[in-house]
This record gives sequence, structure tokens and C-alpha cells, in this order.
Amino acid sequence: MTEPLVRPKRKNPLRKTREPLLPQGVRSRTALGLTAAAAEGRFQLQVCAECAAVIYPPRDACPRCLSARLPFRDVDNRGTLLVETTIRTSTDVYFRERMPWRIGTVKLDAGPSIVAHLHGDLREGERTRLQLKLDKSGQAIVIAMPMEDSPNMQDDPQWRELTCDPKFRRVLITDGRTAVGQAMAEALSEAGASMVFVGIADPWKPFPGEEKLRRLERVEVVALDLTDTTSVNECAGEYAPKIEILINTAEHVRSGGIVERKGLTIAREELEVRYFGLTRLAQAFGPVLRARGADGVNSAAAFVNLLSVYALVNWPSYGAFSATEAACLSAAQSLRAELQPGGVKVLNVFFGPLETEWYQVVPPPKVAPSAVARATVHALKQGLEDVFVGDVADDIRARLAVNPKALERELGS
Amino acid sequence: MHSDLAAFAGAVASGEIEVIDLTHTLTPEFPTIVMPPELGQCAPFRMEEVSRYDERGSAWYWNNISMGEHTGTHFDAPVHWISGKDLPQNSVDTIPPANFIAPAVVIDISKQSAANADYELTVADVEAWEKEHGRIPSRCWVLLRTDWSKRDGRGYVNMREDGQHTPGPCPEVVRFLVEERDLHGLGTETIGTDAGQAFHFNPPYPAHYYMHGKGRYGLQCLANLDLLPPTGSIVVAAPLKIRRGSGSPLRVLALVPRL
Repeated sequence: MTEPLVRPKRKNPLRKTREPLLPQGVRSRTALGLTAAAAEGRFQLQVCAECAAVIYPPRDACPRCLSARLPFRDVDNRGTLLVETTIRTSTDVYFRERMPWRIGTVKLDAGPSIVAHLHGDLREGERTRLQLKLDKSGQAIVIAMPMEDSPNMQDDPQWRELTCDPKFRRVLITDGRTAVGQAMAEALSEAGASMVFVGIADPWKPFPGEEKLRRLERVEVVALDLTDTTSVNECAGEYAPKIEILINTAEHVRSGGIVERKGLTIAREELEVRYFGLTRLAQAFGPVLRARGADGVNSAAAFVNLLSVYALVNWPSYGAFSATEAACLSAAQSLRAELQPGGVKVLNVFFGPLETEWYQVVPPPKVAPSAVARATVHALKQGLEDVFVGDVADDIRARLAVNPKALERELGS
Repeated sequence: MHSDLAAFAGAVASGEIEVIDLTHTLTPEFPTIVMPPELGQCAPFRMEEVSRYDERGSAWYWNNISMGEHTGTHFDAPVHWISGKDLPQNSVDTIPPANFIAPAVVIDISKQSAANADYELTVADVEAWEKEHGRIPSRCWVLLRTDWSKRDGRGYVNMREDGQHTPGPCPEVVRFLVEERDLHGLGTETIGTDAGQAFHFNPPYPAHYYMHGKGRYGLQCLANLDLLPPTGSIVVAAPLKIRRGSGSPLRVLALVPRL
């Protein structure tokens, strides 16, 4: 049974902070299919379109029938751990400082055998569920989990290396004025974060939910205005070294395309809050997060972006808004590459219209702020990189994958 | 040099004439007027460093700044209000520069405002003030001392569910000051020359309506009015020369003789 994680002691200021190291992260283009599945928490392997063989490791031709048509498909993840090995030493600098490390060979019910990392509660000969996970290099690896959930299994060191569990981590929620920001604060506090800092801009402006927010356990309100570089820098100066998960909840939702709006006042506000806000956060907090990617139990783990699914394709009814969200998505992709050297994940949470005042005229289905918060906590606990919350997000994504031009016309009509 | 001007410069240098800064420092935190969120907002003051003796510019420090015309301590030109939109010389770039220097009187309603955030200056208040200090001269700034500038954050804006609650003039007194006293302009410590609840007055925002309709000016978010005498000071308030500008942040100085 996994030893429950012990709340990390205060850091010894005389000790050097460990520099983040990464496991080997080179993959073939084909093997990145596993990374794509891992990013969303799916278990996918190549399945031969000709002979239906399930293939691992990824290949460019089917070893059974030589077909080149080997799409990645959801596959049954159950199997049996045939044999396990405990590695006690390594020349690889990443694994060297994480020894001992257990790996084993799993025979999947679906066919192939896979060398996998092992969760601490799994023993040789037992049935197992495999999961594809992103390791610190950002690439997919396979971990074999016990068939049934075990107590404290989230605290297993090999598992925790692959996830961004908020437990004992300190979180910054950048905007506590919004319904999503407040739901997020509550969810992260419940998820066991040691501290949840919540940013509030313009403290002279009262806002609904303020009393409740201030009463939440382990929640502390801090001054933070994402539209003000000085404010973001000052907040980072004070708090960045003790933040391991940053969740950007700033939103700026206004309807309308780009023609009907007179002038740029609102467009500028939109960009200030969203795109420039994200840029300011990245510049102020990014370097410290990246430097603390291996800083013990509460190492820096994730930078979370909440994005409209219309970042992927423009919804002209909210056209200018969609364009700003697209800018944020693009910036998030850059940020992902830039935080990678620290092993810090960038999690993008996509959703459609929310059950909030700014989407008042939009008919259901809409996403409750609490659902966004729950999905974010789940994604952090699972170490995901992209999640889609709610029916609209799923639907847009599916239609985009099939025919982007058709979707453009449909959203524009 | 004209001998009066030389004497003036000497008096400023010697401190015989004291220069009092009526300006708040421009900071990102300073509140701006709040409009309903679906409308465009007055941009708060922002500053982006261009370089600071570093790789972005090794020997120099400078910033790019941005703000609204009505951010921080600022000047309202007549064109700011619909009632003044067609007047000649109604924008900050066309106002005759001599109008940027004018005498000032200070009416103190700080006690009333402390007791009632919605206190409205009345004609009776002005008449009572005149009984003590004499008739308000023509083309004179009337500065309304409320001590509001000493509050900070929430207390300053004083926003409740039904809007802002800050003191200001009632409609009759603005008309009286403009029509009977030929007011140069009204200066306040609050955000706005009008009271926080002036949207509900008739006409709405009477200070803006009557003053700008007569081509007169406004000064808002002033500080240090408590350091000025009721009469005898001169205010220097020159806005930036913005083409067709409706107002501008500015440095407001009061010259006060120290006898």
C-alpha cells in the first residue's frame, strides 16, 4: 500500500534547489501518436486497418501484414504484469536521482507486450490497467496501475512524477472575481492544496461572492491585476517562489464580431485581460516555475489556461472574443515548449458557453463553473495536457476533426 | 523683465508664495470612473518599461504609458459633455491658454461629507460661505473640499449596489454658480465634478451639463485642498494639448501667499 504523502517541510534555505532534469524525450513522429493520446488521458495504440493487429511499439508498417495503415485507436488497457524489475542504479541523470525505479513487462489482453513503469501497489503476476502518461519530458510513457484503486495511490512517487496533483502544492488562481475563479478556489482547496492564493484586481470594486471566497479554507486573497505589468511583477516577486500550480481564470467575454464593434476600446480590453495578461503571467511566473520543476514533493507542476473552445475555430457571434482566445491558445503552445525544460506542464482546459451572465442569451447546454473547476482538478491529478469540458466543447472538437471548412460555415450561419 | 513677474518669481523662490501640488500621483491602482461592464471603460494608468539601463537600452531608462483622458487628477473640457459639444474653443487643444491660470476659492463641506457621503452642496451653503468670505469673484475656480482625497480604495470610490456614493453639487447650485457667479470651473476631490448619485438628478450630471454647456471647466480627483485658504490662491491647471481632446490628466498647482 502506498505510504501517504507527508506534508513537505519548509524548505531549508541553505540547500541548493535541484535543477530540473528530464528523461529521454526523443520519439519518432509515429510514436507521437502515443503522446497525443496521453495528453488527453486516452489509452490508444496502433491498430492495423487491414488485419486488426494491435501494435506496440509504434511502427510504420504492420509486423503481421506489412500494411502502412496503422491508425491509433482506443484499445482495451487491461493486461497482466508478467515480470517486474527494480532498477537501483542508472547512468541517466534523471533516473539516477529517482532510484529505485520499478519497471515490468505487461502482456496486454489485446495482444502486445509492453515494458511499463509500475505503480508501487502493483505486484508481479497481478492483473493491471495500463495508462499512457506524459513524463517530465512531455512525451508518452506507459504506467501499469493496480486493477483496483488502492488507498493513497495518488501519492505513489512514480505516479506523482507523471501528474500535477494539487495535494500539498500551492496554487495561484489569477482572478477571483469570476464565478469560475471562485469555483476553482473551492475545488483546489478541497483537492488538498496547501495554499490557494487568489488574485483580485481593483480591490476598491466590490464583487459578488467575495465574503464566501475570503472564508474558504487555505484561501488567501492577493492583489493581482493582469492588465497591469507592475502588479503582475509585484505579485510574482512576492509569491512566485511558493506557487507550484498557476491557474489563469481571467476572462473577458463579450458578444459581437469585429465589424459591428465601433473602435478598439473593447478589443484592447479583451487583449489586455487575456492575451497580454497571459504574457505577463508567463514572463513573471514562468521562469520561477521552470526553475522549480524538481523541487521535491511540492515541485512546480503546471500552468493552466482556461480557453474557450472557440479558440480552435471562430464563432462569429462572439467573433472578436474567439480571435482573442485563439491568440491565447497560440501563446499557450509557445509557453508549453518554453516551460518544458522545467518539466512543468501547460494544461489547456477548453469549454463552450458557461452558465454565467456573459452567456445569458446563449441557449443550453452550458457549462457550470463548478464543472470547469472539477475538470481542471481531475486533469491536474491525471497529469493531462488538453481537456474538453461539456457537450459543446466535445461537439466542436469532433466536427473540427472531420471537416473544418464545414464547421466554419456552420458557425457563421 | 516686468517687475511684477520678477517679484512673483522671487516670491515663489523664497517661499513667500507657496506652490501646493493638488495632484495625485498617476499609479495603476488609482480608481477610474466605473461604467456598466458591457460598455467601454476609462483606461486606468499603465506603464510599460521600454528599457532600464539594460539590454533593451544600456544607458537609459524610459517607459511607455497609457491611460484615458479622464484618468487620475484630470481636466474636463466643455466638449466632454453633450451640452458643450458645439461651443467654440471647447477642447483641450483650443482652450485659450490664459484660461489655464485663474484664481480659486475653496468651499469646505468636509464635515457634511463625512456625515453623509451623498451630501449635496446647496445655494444656501454658497451664500453662507459668501457671508463670511465675500462674494465669489467672476471667472474663479470653485474648489469643493470634501477631504475625499484622504480616503483610499473602497472608501474613495464608495461603490454600493446602487452605484457610487460621493458628495457633489446639487443642480441648483451649479446653475447658480455658472449663471450668477460666472464660475470659471468646479474642482472636486472625487471622481467626477458631480455627486456619485448624480445620474439620478435632474438634469443628470448637472455639473457636467451646466458647466460644460456654458464653456466652463472641471477639475477632478484633486488632492490637498485642505492646504488652501478659502480665498486668495491661484490655480495653474494646463491640460495636455491633445487634438480634439475632451480632457487630460495634468499637474494642478495652487499658488498660495504665505504672509
